[in-house]
Amino acid sequence: MVGEIAVESGERAAMGGAAGGRVAIRVRGLCKHFGRGEQRVSALRGIDWEVQTGELSMIVGPSGCGKTTLLSVIAGILNCDAGQVNIFGQETTRLSDSARTRFRAAHIGFIFQQYNLLPALTAAENAAVPLVIAGWGRDRAVRRASALLDSLGMGAKLGSLPNQLSGGQMQRVAIARALVHEPRLLVCDEPTAALDHETGLNVMNLLREQAVRPDRAVVVVTHDNRVFHFGDRLTRMDDGAIVEIVDQRRGAA
Amino acid sequence: MAWIAVKMLVGDRAKFLGIVLGLTFAALLITQQGSIFCGLMLRTCAQITDITGADLWVMDPSVRFIDDVKPMLESALYRVRGVEGVRWAVPLYKGQARAKINPNVAHGNEPTIIEQVVLLGLDDATLVGAPHPNKIYAGSLRDLRLPDAVMVDHSRLEKLYPKENWADLPRLGNAFYQRFLRRQFEMNDHRALIVGVCEATRTFQTNAVVYTTYSRAKNYAAQERKILSYILAKTEPGLAPQAVARRIETTTGLGARTSNQFLWMTIDYYLKYTGIPINFGITALLGFLVGTAIAGQTFYNFTIENLKQFAALKAMGATNGRIVGMILLQAVIVGFLGYGIGVGLAALFGLRTANTELAFFTPWQLLPVTAAAIVLICILSSMLSVQRVLRLEPAIVFR
Ligand SMILES: Nc1ncnc2c1ncn2[C@@H]1O[C@H](COP(=O)(O)OP(=O)(O)O)[C@@H](O)[C@H]1O
Ligand SMILES: [Mg+2]
Repeated sequence: MVGEIAVESGERAAMGGAAGGRVAIRVRGLCKHFGRGEQRVSALRGIDWEVQTGELSMIVGPSGCGKTTLLSVIAGILNCDAGQVNIFGQETTRLSDSARTRFRAAHIGFIFQQYNLLPALTAAENAAVPLVIAGWGRDRAVRRASALLDSLGMGAKLGSLPNQLSGGQMQRVAIARALVHEPRLLVCDEPTAALDHETGLNVMNLLREQAVRPDRAVVVVTHDNRVFHFGDRLTRMDDGAIVEIVDQRRGAA
Repeated sequence: MAWIAVKMLVGDRAKFLGIVLGLTFAALLITQQGSIFCGLMLRTCAQITDITGADLWVMDPSVRFIDDVKPMLESALYRVRGVEGVRWAVPLYKGQARAKINPNVAHGNEPTIIEQVVLLGLDDATLVGAPHPNKIYAGSLRDLRLPDAVMVDHSRLEKLYPKENWADLPRLGNAFYQRFLRRQFEMNDHRALIVGVCEATRTFQTNAVVYTTYSRAKNYAAQERKILSYILAKTEPGLAPQAVARRIETTTGLGARTSNQFLWMTIDYYLKYTGIPINFGITALLGFLVGTAIAGQTFYNFTIENLKQFAALKAMGATNGRIVGMILLQAVIVGFLGYGIGVGLAALFGLRTANTELAFFTPWQLLPVTAAAIVLICILSSMLSVQRVLRLEPAIVFR
């Protein structure tokens, strides 16, 4: 533990200084393959990548190019074959399974394409889940989640079950759930893929407004080119490798 | 997290009910079959449990169970009385007799009824082994000392008096039995005068039980030369019946058992030499397997269907330990409900059948056994579920 903390402060000093925020995520030489023999697929072929705080980073590319795999490894829910992932100075690829689980609980918020809300819980209860995982009592957690849902325009739906909500509403609950414990990293996989165009734009607007903070990094994976312009930085992947990084913010300025 | 586990569990009513029903079924089947089994086993030794007061049974050493009567010489009684630690010892006759009932005179020329009965001859002076006073429905025990007096078990009386208006019994209750007092029949050409109707615990045999005194039993069972079937004895206060039983064996060469030993000996005999335990064991086992299959399968399916939810919780940082805790809590809840409802239903079944021919006895030991079985089912099915969840890659949440 002492060694890790020492690494953290050292890394932090080295990582600072880039344009805008600090380096939040640093990925080096990331490799991941699935299957073996004939079925072997190289999903990630030595990825080097960085993400700054205060930015919305977008990973785009054709289906099957490895976006989800990269996001999963970064978020610490999938082990890589080689390479390192460093998040806020913590080399998560070196953590044990249980330490990584605790790291996720404390620092990472998730938004899934399929929402993945628990069908038996109300909107407010669903949004409260990360707080409950962090050890909060039910009432306090639900109260906090309700306040957040209210600010996302979901105040009238706190007691609704997921099957009583529209896709856009479910994704709002998912956003509340991803932010309720104020994580430093937010990962979103295809957050608009299951939504119609207009709802998708609304959800992206909400994400930009609510999620992007100076001390937080937001990574959105998408192949929906109608929302590309929401990204501060666009990382284009193909066949398990990064082919282009576009700084859209500077371009816009 | 506990409340989330509970909400997940009861959230889907149909599945929740399915799991609970499966476990209920298993618990019901195990308790019910077990109770019938215990009831039957108790019947095998009803004549041991019916006899209170004495705590020792002395018999021919080769006797294996209660109905395995091997008469002893009368002198055995005096030898037992002479053993140190024996407070008193009295004879008991247990055998068969043939009752010949002349039909009710009022009914005219009916054919004579001949029925095999179980004859119990009680010590003339003490009547040790007689039915408990609150099990005497008509007449009185005192009258058993009248000449030719017998007392008859109510449950098979209908076989002896089929022409009686038995439909009146439910309405009249025990008053119905008054009419049999002072009636007569014959056993071995000797007159038998009914002075009482009582309740004897049912045995396997369908024969009526007839109580009389030991000395009179000699007349009724004339075909036998020796009629001392058992010696009922009481140990001196402060002595262990088991120790006295051993002393009787060594000093007299007879077999001596405490009531409890004799009871288990009889049950063991039936377990070993009849198909009863195997048949019931198989049914109870089938109940267990069917219950396991239904409950386990439903519970496992429930977890599998919730796999993505568990994966989402894992991704969001719930540790394996807490997710296992959630599954175990869910298993405990359904197990508890299934056990409670199942045992409750079995008890209802027992109450509903209390006054019928059905042997149904639920010893308290059966309840922990059933509980253990249900716990086992729950553990087995949740283990399957748990190992699926433990192997679960949280990355599937992005699929
Ligand atoms: N669990 C898996 N098992 C086998 N192959 C996988 C698995 N996950 C992803 N892949 C393969 O890895 C490649 C990258 O997948 P993915 O990261 O999901 O792409 P994207 O998200 O860009 O559509 C694809 O060829 C996919 O078939
Ligand atoms: Mg994908």
